[in-house]
Amino acid sequence: MTATSIPALRGMVEEFLFREAALLDDWRLDEWVDLFTHDARYMVPSTDLPEGDPGRDLVFIDDDLMRLRARVARLNSRHSHRENPRSRTRRFVSNVRVEETEDRQLSVSANILVYRFRSGEGAPYVGSVQYILRRDGEDLRIAYRRAVLDMEDLSWHGAVSIIL
Amino acid sequence: MKNAAEPMDIRDLVIDDRKRGVFRVHRSCMSSPDLFQRERELIFDRCWIYLGHESEVERPGDYRRRTVAGRPLFFVRGKDGQVRVFLNSCPHRGAMICRRDAGNAKILRCFYHAWSFNTEGELIGVPGRDAYGPNFDPAEFGLKEPVRVDSYRGFFFVSFNPDVEELSTYLAGARDYLDLVVDQTQEGVRVVPGSNKYAIKANWKLLAENSLDGYHLIPTHRTYVDYMAGLGTDDSGDTLAARPPGAGRALGNGHCVSENISRNGRPIARWHPVFGEEAKERIARARRRLVRKYGEERAFRMADTSRNLLIYPNLLIMDFVAISIRYIEPVAPDRMEVTAWHLVPREESGAALATRLDSYLTFLGPGGFATPDDVEALESCQTGFRATENEWSDISRGMLKSRPGTSDELQMRGFWRQWHANMLGEDTTNVQDGQPTESQAAAPDSEADGTGHRASAR
Repeated sequence: MTATSIPALRGMVEEFLFREAALLDDWRLDEWVDLFTHDARYMVPSTDLPEGDPGRDLVFIDDDLMRLRARVARLNSRHSHRENPRSRTRRFVSNVRVEETEDRQLSVSANILVYRFRSGEGAPYVGSVQYILRRDGEDLRIAYRRAVLDMEDLSWHGAVSIIL
Repeated sequence: MKNAAEPMDIRDLVIDDRKRGVFRVHRSCMSSPDLFQRERELIFDRCWIYLGHESEVERPGDYRRRTVAGRPLFFVRGKDGQVRVFLNSCPHRGAMICRRDAGNAKILRCFYHAWSFNTEGELIGVPGRDAYGPNFDPAEFGLKEPVRVDSYRGFFFVSFNPDVEELSTYLAGARDYLDLVVDQTQEGVRVVPGSNKYAIKANWKLLAENSLDGYHLIPTHRTYVDYMAGLGTDDSGDTLAARPPGAGRALGNGHCVSENISRNGRPIARWHPVFGEEAKERIARARRRLVRKYGEERAFRMADTSRNLLIYPNLLIMDFVAISIRYIEPVAPDRMEVTAWHLVPREESGAALATRLDSYLTFLGPGGFATPDDVEALESCQTGFRATENEWSDISRGMLKSRPGTSDELQMRGFWRQWHANMLGEDTTNVQDGQPTESQAAAPDSEADGTGHRASAR
């Protein structure tokens, strides 16, 4: 595996990210959350502090796997009012860059553009996502996922009510 | 019934029938551009409005930019250690002096014509000054301050009304609740870096109401309540409904509070399984400290009760799973901008701080398990108001009770009564439900509030 060329690595990672984006757009959240490792972290920093550290600063989201599963259960519930009825989303994932770390994990960054439509309105979330992916046999798992927004605030959306 | 095109008399916008226990607000209060303009003049240009916390500018030269009551402002700590507030507009031609949200500067220079000012606001540099002739007086061109600036326990407020009463008088019964927030710490409070900024397509008053509204908790936030139940709290829907009612209070001058016996954890001194076993002894120690310092009763209020405090008109201090400062800036009748900060004890760091930061995120904030559903509720109301044939919103709950709880609505009526008085050009009014008795008239400044709360809540 160490001999894998960058284009081949990127191809593998892109395939994974595109599959992940489709699961999210299709609201197959139970399958999506199964992509994470048991020690995974999902994080969205505040718009005014993109480098924010959840151990020190105020962020929007900092989930371990337990709270991420609870987030998914919440989004699956009809009592998640901001997403009931569910919004329509379409994600575009691009500019994928992959680096292999010394312990054979993959450090990945990608640009995202997530359009969300609901209640007669639509607006994009624009940003980048940083991943740490771990190999699991032939497949990959998400150990760390940090979605950093480029917008200056959430004035278009009022909330982060979908997975970014 | 009024024709929709014909504005109502201000006096008729609120129905407040204390005998029958009927309180209604006309929905044009949430949608009329005329009323929105009137609010700007009679409320936001006249009251004390929150600006920021002293801890946001710790070192000399630290500055923060804000929009407050529509005005661009910034505050900066001077070389002398004093915090000053300035209108963010160059006295020369108007450009914004401070063009970042936060930073540190020794000299504040306007980029347009390069006039420069020190952190005390004095004009110290004018390129080609000779051309202005001998009558040019730099003292005339210092940075301008809002007409009134004051702080209470580190919370800075401004007012554009030269005749406004002293801040500590204005805060009335809210002072005691701010004290409860600050005194639970050993070394005071600070705002952590990072803020949650979002906008809601709804009238600003709906968030003031919502932040005090205990009645919506179970239906709107069921997913949060279920999540907490799964973590080992007894805050399941049933016990929540059956729990002590807490107290809703009008504290005078429009300030209101909703105060509960906490079932969830309070990072200050009430342990909860969500904090983990390792936090148990630390939290027990903190509690013993509070009891030693303040006695059993006040320690109980700090550790075991939580409070959502509205400082009229547009500031909320939410002290429950963590302490949040929530500022509401109205931008249009049907739109508000919200900024939330996290207030923590200065002495906390490491694991204790991490626990608290984590606790905040579960409920609070636009990425939490509850706030998005509030945003949805408020926007849903605002859209619903377009059905103008439904003219009134009802806020009567618990109006005939002698001691309304948090799922009653005295704390919202207190807000609306002040709002209505202000809109009529009056500064003060009786914000309580009943006929004003002596004890109620004294309530806002009474130190006996806590005893009354415990009696009602147990």
